[in-house]
Amino acid sequence: MKFRLPGLALAAILITAPAAQAVEFTQYQHGKSSLAFVYKQMNVPVDGQFKSFRARLAFDPSKPTAARAEFEIDLASVDAGSKDANDEVAGKAWFDTKAFPVARFVATSVKPLGNNRYEVAGKMSIKGKTQDLSTPVTVTQQGSNATFDGSLVLKRADYGIGDGIWADFGTVANEIQIKFRLVASAAAAK
Amino acid sequence: MNSAIPHSQTGYTHTAIGLHWLIGIAIVGTFALGLYMHELPLSPQKLKLYSWHKWAGVTIFLFALLRLTWRVSHRPPALPAGMPGWQRSAAEATHVLLYLLMFAVPLSGWLMSSAKGFPTVWFGVLPLPDLLQKDTDLGDLLQQMHKLLNFTLAGLVATHAGAALKHHFLDRDEILARMLPFLGRSKNGERK
Ligand code: HEM
Repeated sequence: MKFRLPGLALAAILITAPAAQAVEFTQYQHGKSSLAFVYKQMNVPVDGQFKSFRARLAFDPSKPTAARAEFEIDLASVDAGSKDANDEVAGKAWFDTKAFPVARFVATSVKPLGNNRYEVAGKMSIKGKTQDLSTPVTVTQQGSNATFDGSLVLKRADYGIGDGIWADFGTVANEIQIKFRLVASAAAAK
Repeated sequence: MNSAIPHSQTGYTHTAIGLHWLIGIAIVGTFALGLYMHELPLSPQKLKLYSWHKWAGVTIFLFALLRLTWRVSHRPPALPAGMPGWQRSAAEATHVLLYLLMFAVPLSGWLMSSAKGFPTVWFGVLPLPDLLQKDTDLGDLLQQMHKLLNFTLAGLVATHAGAALKHHFLDRDEILARMLPFLGRSKNGERK
C-alpha cells in the first residue's frame, strides 16, 4: 500500500494532465445524445423521450467552473408512451406546444464534486415559467468525446405541466424522473 | 357421517360453486368495463379504469388457477342420464374452452400491456414482470387478439348461460339448480 499509492497518484496525473491542459469540449453531437424520462400513472412507470433537442456546451475539464451549457427542447417532439398520450401532452393542459414550443435550460454555475462529478445549477424555463434547477452530472471522456450523464427529478406542477383535471397527483404523479446524456467532442484546433 | 345424503356425493362443493359465481360475475363486469373504458377520451378517469380493469383481470387469472386446481381434484357431479350424446360433447367442449379462455384472455391483456409499454402494477403495489419488450406493432396485434378472445369468450358465456336456462326451464332438470343451491332448494320444495 505505502508504495503503491504514490505510484497510482502519479499515473493519474500523467493520464489526466495532458487532457486537462488542452481540451475543451464544444461540438455537440446530437446523434449520440438522448433525453428520456419516466412518469408514473396509477403507479405504473411509463417510459418517454424527446427526439428533438439541442445543446450548446463548452466544457474544459481543467476549468470546470467556467463551463457553459445551454439546452433547448422542442416539446412537440415528445414521445410520452402512446399516440393518445402524445396528443394529450402537446395540448393546453400539459406543454401547450403551440404557445410554448421550446423548453430551455441555461446553466449558471458548475461546481466540481470530485470523481468527474459536477453539480450543475441553472434556470429551467417551461411553459412560460422559470425555476431554479440543479442536477448532478457525470463526465466521461473517451477519445475526443466527452459524455455528460445526469438524472434528476422534475416536479411537473412547478411549471404548470398537467393543469385542470390532471392537476391532482393521484393519477399522474408530480415527480418526473429525467435522464439525459449529452455528448460533445473537442473543439477543432484554434 | 354424511354418506347417507346423496347431495354430498352428486353435488358441487361449496368451493366450486363459490368460484363459479365469483369468476362469472367478475368476468362479466371486467368485460363491460373493458368495452366502456376503451371508448373514453383520455382523462385521469380513463387511466384509473384501465388500471382497475387490469387489476381485475389479473385477479380473475389467479382465481381461475385456483379453480382449475379445484376442478382437477374434485370431480363435478355427472350430467343427467337421459342427455343426448351431442349435448354432452357440446357441454364438455364449451367447458374446456371456457377454462382455456379464463387464462388466455387475461394473458393476452397482460402481454398487450407490456408490448404497449404500459406495465401492470397489481393494485398499484405489485409490479408484474414484462414478458415482452415495448413493441407498438406487436401491442396493436395483441390488442386485436385480446378483443377476439374476449368476443369468443362472450359467445361461449352466452351459449353456456343459454344452455343452463334451457335445462332449467325447458328440460326442467337440476343442472342449473345444482350450481345455484338457493334455486335448488325452492325448486325441490315446489316439486316434492
Ligand atoms: C378475464 C379477464 C378480462 C376480460 C373479460 C377483459 C375484457 C376486455 C374487453 C372486452 C376489452 C375491450 C376490447 C376492445 O373493445 O378493444 C378489453 C380491453 C383491454 N384490456 Fe382486458 N380483459 C381481461 C383481462 C385483462 C388483463 C389481465 C389486462 C392487463 C393486465 C387487460 C388489459 C386490457 C387493456 C389495456 C384493454 C384496452 C385496450 C385499448 O383500448 O387499448 N385485460 N378487455
